[in-house]
Amino acid sequence: MTVTALLFASYAEAFGSDRVELALRSGTTVREAVDALRAMPGGAGLPGSPLVAVNLQYATADQRLASGDELAIIPPVAGG
Amino acid sequence: MTIRTAIVRRPLDIAALMAELHDSANGATLAFLGHVRDVNDGRAVTGIEYTAYGEMAERELASIASDAATATGVTDVIIEHRLGVLALGEASIAIVTAHAHRDAAYAASRFVIEEVKKRLPVWKREHYADGSREWVNAHGVATREPA
Repeated sequence: MTVTALLFASYAEAFGSDRVELALRSGTTVREAVDALRAMPGGAGLPGSPLVAVNLQYATADQRLASGDELAIIPPVAGG
Repeated sequence: MTIRTAIVRRPLDIAALMAELHDSANGATLAFLGHVRDVNDGRAVTGIEYTAYGEMAERELASIASDAATATGVTDVIIEHRLGVLALGEASIAIVTAHAHRDAAYAASRFVIEEVKKRLPVWKREHYADGSREWVNAHGVATREPA
């Protein structure tokens, strides 16, 4: 299955892109998808357990992903 | 009852927002503005660039306003957060709360800014007087970009 990972701020700069298409086996969890990202060029700076959102909602590391999901890796937020 | 939120790319007009909540039932109207400050963590700042996960930020901001009403009982809340490059002194966030009595207005305003700091997917990159730029976390600490 394919999941689109969205990257922002310092994470996007590290990857040189604000989105990465991930080819993952069915049933992959958020944690496993993050591990896959961390193994990619530019991924070394990602924390092991970043804040994440799936399809615009904050999600946990154990959540299973489905094909077509949008997985956002959220750097420490700094609004206000 | 007015609950309205927006992520915008234009200057924030606090007077217009307060006028929007003008109602003779409201005994208290409270405005909070967050501004770009000239020094952070000991470094001279010339401006801040705000970016967001736009669609999620709009949803979270609406959720924060709704949660503020539920938590404090406040009747009226408007929140606008600005994106883009802001100069010193410009406002990045405006929170206006109004209620029959002041306690709910104060409580709601504080609730909103604290939730924004926790969960609004917005990031800022400070521009410094020496020409460098760095992403900053919610605690105001610049994070060195990965090599």
